[in-house]
Amino acid sequence: MEQVIINGIYSGMQYALIALGLTLIFALMGVLNFAHGQMYVLGGFVTYYVYGVMGLPFVVGLAATAATLALVGVFFEFVIFRRVLKLSVREESTMLVAAGGALFLESLVLIIFGEKHRGVPSVISGVWKVGDAYMPYGRLLVVAMSALLIGGFILFMQYTRQGRALRALAQDREAAQIQGVNVDNYSMLGFAIGATLAGLAGGLLVSISGVNSGLGTWISIKAFIMVMIGGAGVVPGAIIGGFILGMLESVGYTVLPGGETYLVIFVALIAFLAIRPQGLMGKPWG
Amino acid sequence: MLKRKSLMRSAAIAGIALVAGLAVGDGAMAANEKLKIGVLGVMSGPAASWGLVNRYCAEARANMINEAGGFEIGGKKYDIEIVSIDDRNDPKLAVSGAERLVYEDGIRYIIGPNIDTTAAAIVPVIEKGGAMNIPYAFSKDLYSPPRSHSILGMIASYQAGPVIYKYLQEKEGVKSVAFVARNESDSLNQREEGVAAAEALGLDVLASKDTYEAGTTDFFPVMSRLVGLKPDLIVLSGVAPSDAPLMLKTARELGFQGLMSTETAQDAKILSEVAGDAANGFISVGGASTPEIRSEFMETFSKRYEEVAGEWNDEAGTKVYALEILLNTIKTAGPEAIEDVSKFKAQMDAFKMTNPFLKDGRDLHFVGAGFFDQKRQISVPMVVNVFKDGEFETLFVGSVD
Repeated sequence: MEQVIINGIYSGMQYALIALGLTLIFALMGVLNFAHGQMYVLGGFVTYYVYGVMGLPFVVGLAATAATLALVGVFFEFVIFRRVLKLSVREESTMLVAAGGALFLESLVLIIFGEKHRGVPSVISGVWKVGDAYMPYGRLLVVAMSALLIGGFILFMQYTRQGRALRALAQDREAAQIQGVNVDNYSMLGFAIGATLAGLAGGLLVSISGVNSGLGTWISIKAFIMVMIGGAGVVPGAIIGGFILGMLESVGYTVLPGGETYLVIFVALIAFLAIRPQGLMGKPWG
Repeated sequence: MLKRKSLMRSAAIAGIALVAGLAVGDGAMAANEKLKIGVLGVMSGPAASWGLVNRYCAEARANMINEAGGFEIGGKKYDIEIVSIDDRNDPKLAVSGAERLVYEDGIRYIIGPNIDTTAAAIVPVIEKGGAMNIPYAFSKDLYSPPRSHSILGMIASYQAGPVIYKYLQEKEGVKSVAFVARNESDSLNQREEGVAAAEALGLDVLASKDTYEAGTTDFFPVMSRLVGLKPDLIVLSGVAPSDAPLMLKTARELGFQGLMSTETAQDAKILSEVAGDAANGFISVGGASTPEIRSEFMETFSKRYEEVAGEWNDEAGTKVYALEILLNTIKTAGPEAIEDVSKFKAQMDAFKMTNPFLKDGRDLHFVGAGFFDQKRQISVPMVVNVFKDGEFETLFVGSVD
C-alpha cells in the first residue's frame, strides 16, 4: 500500500509539472496547445544531448533546455499564434495551427534526433527502502526539483510584476490592456514560460523515463486530462488534476491490472465533466 | 560582325557536339533498369523504429547492390529502388499506402507492415493487386491458406517463447512466470500465446492479464504489482524497444532479483542508455547482430546501415533478410517473376541460398510449414541473446524448423 501511495505522489508531481504550462497558455491566450507534448519531448532531447552526449552537468542541460524551449515558445507565439489570433476569431483556427505545430515539432525531432528511445544515466543512483516501499534517489530528486519549479512558478505568478500582469491578462485581456499591460509582450512571455515548463518536465524526466520522438501525443493527452479535471486555465487546478491522475493510475494499475484502468479513468472523466464541465476549480463562465 | 557570327556558329557546333557526346556517353554507360521494392510500415510515432529499421535495411542493401553494378536477373542488371511509405501504424494509411505502391508505382514486392492490424488491412490490396509482402506481424491467419501472398519476415513470439521458457526452466530452474503486455492487439496476442506456452511447459503463471498503456513513461505502478508476486521470470510480451529498458530499470529499482525476457528484438544501445546495469541478464531475440555469429558481409552491411541511418540498431539483425531473399528468389524464378508473383510463389518450396549474414554458412530459405501449413516464413535464425554490460551475447541459435 505504501508503494501505491508513493507511486501516486511521484506520478502526480511529474504530471502537475507537465500540466502547468498547458493551462498557463490556455489561460493567457485561449489556445489549446496540442504541441505541448512535443515541447516536452524536445526538452527531453535537449537535456539528453547536453547532459548525456556532451557530458556537461545536468543543470547545464536543464538550463539549455529552458533557453531552447523559451525560444520555441516565442517563435510559436510571435510567428504563428499572434497572427492567427488577429486574423481569425474562430477557436478552431488556433486548434488546427496547434495540431500542425505538434506534427511539425514531432517530425523535426525525428529528423534531428532519430527514431530511437534515448535516455541518460540517473543523476543519483541508489534506492531508499522504507518499510515495503522502494524510492529510487533519482526519482526523489525529480520530485524535489519538480516541487521547486512548481513553487517557484507560483511565487513568480503571485509576487512579481510580470506574474501579476500575466494573471491580469488571464482574467480579462481587454481590462488588462486598458490598465497598461502590453498584451503582445506578455502573451509572448506567457507562451515562453508555458513551453519552458513543458521542456523542463521533459528534461527532468529524461533521467528517469528517457524520451522518444513519438511520445508527445500521449503526453498531450494526459496533460489535457489533468487540465480538464482541475479546470482549464486554473494553475492550482492543473496541479490538483496532476495529482488526481497520478493517484488514479497508481491505484488503478494495482486493482485493475488488465487494461481497464484508463477505461475507468475516461468513463469517470466523462461522468465528472457531465456534472461539472468547468472542472474542479474552473468557473462556469470561463 | 562576321567574326561574331562565326563565333556563334562555333558555339552552336560545340553545343551540339557536347549534347551528342553526352548522349553517346549515356548510351555507352546505359543506366540499369530499375526494380522497385516497396517498404510500408510505421516510420513515425512511438514505434517508428520498427518501420524505419526495415527501410534503412532495404536502403543500405540496395545501395550496396547498386554500387556493385546492380542485381542480375535473367542476364540483365537492375538497379534497386526502395520506395518507402509511413503508415503510422494506422490501418487506413496502410491501405492507402499499399494501393499507392501496387497501383501507382506498379510495385509487386513490399516489405512490411509491422503489426497485425495494418498487415491484415492490406491483404485485399496485396491479393487483388497481384503482389507479395513480408509483414513483421505474427497473426497466423496472414500466412495460412487460403492466404498465400504474405511471408512472415522474422521469428514469431509463439515460436521463440516456448524455446526460451524451456531453456530457462532447464538451465536456470525457473518455476513461475508473470506476463505483462502493452494494451494493444499485437502485444496482447503475443501474451496469450506466451501464457499458453508457459502453461504447456508446466510453469506456474502468476500473472497473465497485466497491461500498460502505450505512451507510459512511469512504470512503477505497473511493475509494482508484478514484482510483488515474486515470480522467477517476468516476460515482457511484444514489448517495444522504447518500453523494455524502462520496465527493466523499474523492476530492479523495486528490488526484483529474478529473470526477465522478451520474444522481440531489442537494441543494445537503448538498453544501455536507459537501463544501464539493470538490463544485465535480459534475454531477447536477435538475428545476426552478435559478433560471435555474424559474417564479414554482415560487418560490411552494418557499416552501410550506419551510413544510411546514422547509427547501428540491433533490430536490423532480424530485418536484414527481407530484401536479400526477395531478390534472390526472383532471380531463381526468372525475370517473369518481377511482374508475376505466381512464378515467385512456385519457387518458394524449393528455394535456398547460403545465408550471407552468418559465419556458419547455413541456408536461407522459406520455412513455416509446421505453423502455417505452407512455407510462408523467412528462415531467420532464432538467435537468443542475453544483454551483458552494454552488449548482447549469444545464448544459443535455434531455428523454426
